[in-house]
Amino acid sequence: MAAPTATAPRSDVPTAAETARLRRRYARRDIMSRVSLYVVAILAALVCAGPFVWSTLTATKLNADLYNPQHNPFLYNKPPTADHVMFLFTDTAFATFAWNTLWVGLLVVLITLVLGVPAAYSIARLNRPWSTPMGIAIFFVYLVPPSLLFLSLSRVVVSTGLQDSTWSLVLIYPTITVPVSTWLLIGFLKALPRDIEEQAMVDGYSRLGAMLRTILPLLFPGMVAVVVFAFTLTASEFIYALTFISPTEEKVVSTGVPTELIRGDVFFWQSLQAANILIAVPIAFVFNLFLARFISGFTMGAVKG
Amino acid sequence: MADTLTEPTAPPKRQPDGTRQRLADRDGFLAWIFLVPTVVYIVALVAIPFFMAIAFAFSDVTAGNPSYGWVGLENFYRVFDDAVFWQALGNTFVFTAISMVLIVVLGKVLAMILVADFKGKWLVRFLVLLPWTTPVALSSVTWLWLLHSIYSPIDWVLRNVGLIEDNMYFLGRPGLAMASVIAVHVWRLVPLAAVIMMVGILSIPDDITEASRIDGAGFWRRMFEVTIPLTFPLIAVAALFGAIFTFTDMAVVYVLTGGGPTNSTHVLASWSFVRGIGGGDIGQGAVIALFLFPLLLAAAVLILRAVRKMETI
Amino acid sequence: MSVTVEVSNLVKQFDGGDVRAIDDVSLAIEEGEYLVLLGPSGCGKTTLLRTIAGLEQQTSGDVLIGGSVVNGLPPRVRKVAMVFQSYALYPHKTVLANIVFPLKPEKLPKQERESKARWAAELLGIDLLLDRKPRQLSGGERQRVALARAMVRAPQVFLLDEPLSNLDAKLRASARDELKRFQQRVGTTTVYVTHDQAEAMGLGDRIAVMDKGKLRQLGPPVEVYDDPADTFVATFIGSPPMNLVPRDDTLVGFRPEHLLPAAHVSGERVEVSFDVDRIEYLSGDRHVYGTVTGIGKDSRVIARLPATVTDPVTPGESHAFAVNVDKLRFFDAESGLRSEPVRVDAQHG
Repeated sequence: MAAPTATAPRSDVPTAAETARLRRRYARRDIMSRVSLYVVAILAALVCAGPFVWSTLTATKLNADLYNPQHNPFLYNKPPTADHVMFLFTDTAFATFAWNTLWVGLLVVLITLVLGVPAAYSIARLNRPWSTPMGIAIFFVYLVPPSLLFLSLSRVVVSTGLQDSTWSLVLIYPTITVPVSTWLLIGFLKALPRDIEEQAMVDGYSRLGAMLRTILPLLFPGMVAVVVFAFTLTASEFIYALTFISPTEEKVVSTGVPTELIRGDVFFWQSLQAANILIAVPIAFVFNLFLARFISGFTMGAVKG
Repeated sequence: MADTLTEPTAPPKRQPDGTRQRLADRDGFLAWIFLVPTVVYIVALVAIPFFMAIAFAFSDVTAGNPSYGWVGLENFYRVFDDAVFWQALGNTFVFTAISMVLIVVLGKVLAMILVADFKGKWLVRFLVLLPWTTPVALSSVTWLWLLHSIYSPIDWVLRNVGLIEDNMYFLGRPGLAMASVIAVHVWRLVPLAAVIMMVGILSIPDDITEASRIDGAGFWRRMFEVTIPLTFPLIAVAALFGAIFTFTDMAVVYVLTGGGPTNSTHVLASWSFVRGIGGGDIGQGAVIALFLFPLLLAAAVLILRAVRKMETI
Repeated sequence: MSVTVEVSNLVKQFDGGDVRAIDDVSLAIEEGEYLVLLGPSGCGKTTLLRTIAGLEQQTSGDVLIGGSVVNGLPPRVRKVAMVFQSYALYPHKTVLANIVFPLKPEKLPKQERESKARWAAELLGIDLLLDRKPRQLSGGERQRVALARAMVRAPQVFLLDEPLSNLDAKLRASARDELKRFQQRVGTTTVYVTHDQAEAMGLGDRIAVMDKGKLRQLGPPVEVYDDPADTFVATFIGSPPMNLVPRDDTLVGFRPEHLLPAAHVSGERVEVSFDVDRIEYLSGDRHVYGTVTGIGKDSRVIARLPATVTDPVTPGESHAFAVNVDKLRFFDAESGLRSEPVRVDAQHG
């Protein structure tokens, strides 16, 4: 090989004037890209949150303001009122629905962790010959949807005597959350280094002790991700809640609000919207608090999966 | 040999709680005891009900008369004879396919916004996540109001801009009602897809992104030649999550259109509910719901492939 | 063709911090020069390199490439190439596709792009690996791919960020040699970041020593070694580092290899008594640890005796050692900067 070929030809060193022109161009482009980022971000926020803004407006309007198609729907044409929000608490079982959703959600999350963490540990760490097929099987279970099982599960619920009781949801909801949580936890566990646990075992702890003392604390971000995800799934669930429960005081928000605030043809629109906001904002707020954890948990599972 | 050197003069002392120690150390025992509760639970409340659902499909079980009677394929014939079933089957596919495409594209855009750095990021994240974290039945009620035949603000804007004379009746016309159902699905699932894809984007090492900038790749080339190929597995996961949630959901249809107008927006899940619980014909409801399964199986295989691929990169 | 690279009064502060990652650094790199940025981790050398590349934007000051100010220009317009510590190969692309990647914006016909890539691959001896994916390559092979990808576009400047630190010790020496020959062949201006002084000494035409965001010294390897500008450079470079003995408000410095048994030191010299504690044998040399009396305050120092010095040295005993006066360097005890020579005679202390 001839040496001269190695020095690649290059003669287009730009002049100072050319560079200055380029700099102006890229400064402009930089501003443009900042501006378009903000524009797109605001647009996305509007599209996503728009219905909730609309809910808030509606919830605080007087009937006379609301039910007039000529009124600008984005303004208060008459003074705002809190009556319809109060109506939720005084004349409907909304508070009961919210309370039911909360305690069912928390219990289900607890059951999910109690079942899911050991199962995930067993599959991810204990190296049995059946570990991989079992992991895949659990994943497939997640894909069996409520809409396929609700008919037979309603018979199961009847046979346990829990029909028309909120406890039926505590019994059944883990069928949704346990498989997906176990699947996520397997990913998180695989991403944790084995040597930390082995170190604990060398230091004199049993396998169980090592797991409890080293793996559980390290798994915490992953568990937070699972808790948040499982709670959201539980609060959103609709078909089981609709199938199993009919007494008002046993309902959860996702069925209680649409069934109790729509009486026949009468829609309590403002109160419905108020209910939506009162439920949506706290859940989104908590979810957002844990978003970074959620993502780091997800990343450690997904990347090293 | 090392053994001869360290041979103890006395046999090792047995731990006082030797049995427990050994159990806590036996991987095989732990693996089994850790897994059994979950397996028992899943077998009892997923596997058995799943086979019950299959059994119901061949039975005359109704809400009023729960005793089992074998009727062979009769339920299938009755379901197949009903045009609404075919409509629901078709809708399920159309809704899922269109939503999935939109969810992936918009989710990708949203993910890129969420990873960017700008002022007010926290608020934007919060607002953007609302659709996913809100219980779907509640947000569907809000959409029901947003698309109201008389008071819809969308209609109001269109009327005032002069684009329409009369209201759109979003939920009153089959085409628009279907579009509305799809829109709500896309709206509520894009944030989830975005969060999943965000994980993908964040997992790309900074070096790789920077190398591609040094190598002269602009925004679009970086996206198509670096980001998308590297995050493909997570994009696939997001797509399939979106598909599964759309495919199996009945809340949106149930609240928004109730399957109407004239059964034009029913999907398998909602039609199965109407037949099985509303009409009390559990056999027919089960037949309809069973159609969800083979398609989900296909989705599952695709997800697993994507995950496999992710592990080999 | 290569160009000059210059930074003047460069300051970089990261968002939300008041620490200056780069603190008023000015330096000029000549055409075709091989400049090594050397310093401990966190000294700002990588930030400086990334600012030259355009991956970071400086808080103030200018970056000039080829005489023109390139502040605010994105990396691709600066026509620089960079090799990352991790090599940052695109894991989903084959070796060939990795090397071709930087050529795509240049609007060349596909065949020409490929032939250029093949030329670069051949030059680096990886032409048989073109169809492989990065994960199928060894560390050394990855480094060559990264180099090929960097050079294929014939950049104005090469920026290398610790490219050898991911290689095992054995490979590192040969890779260092290859890097140097490669640069001599292409003659492109190169900025090389490392924390390893052996790499810096071996590769650099000049070395820029940095600490805490500041440029401490800039000069050829010999100068940086022999005439350190301050105590930081004196102790950072050299293994073992320069001995520093306090004497009044001055620090007297001398390299371990210059502290020898008195019989081996000729010319004007400072005689000292050396209480030996311990001896290490390192590839033929003897590293002797002990306390020296006679230069300033009694201080623990290290002497390095080459294999040619065979005088017996015994731990626990005191020996007559000496340092040639020309080899002494003086630093201000407070500022650490070089100061006026002080007369040191053996009687002192």
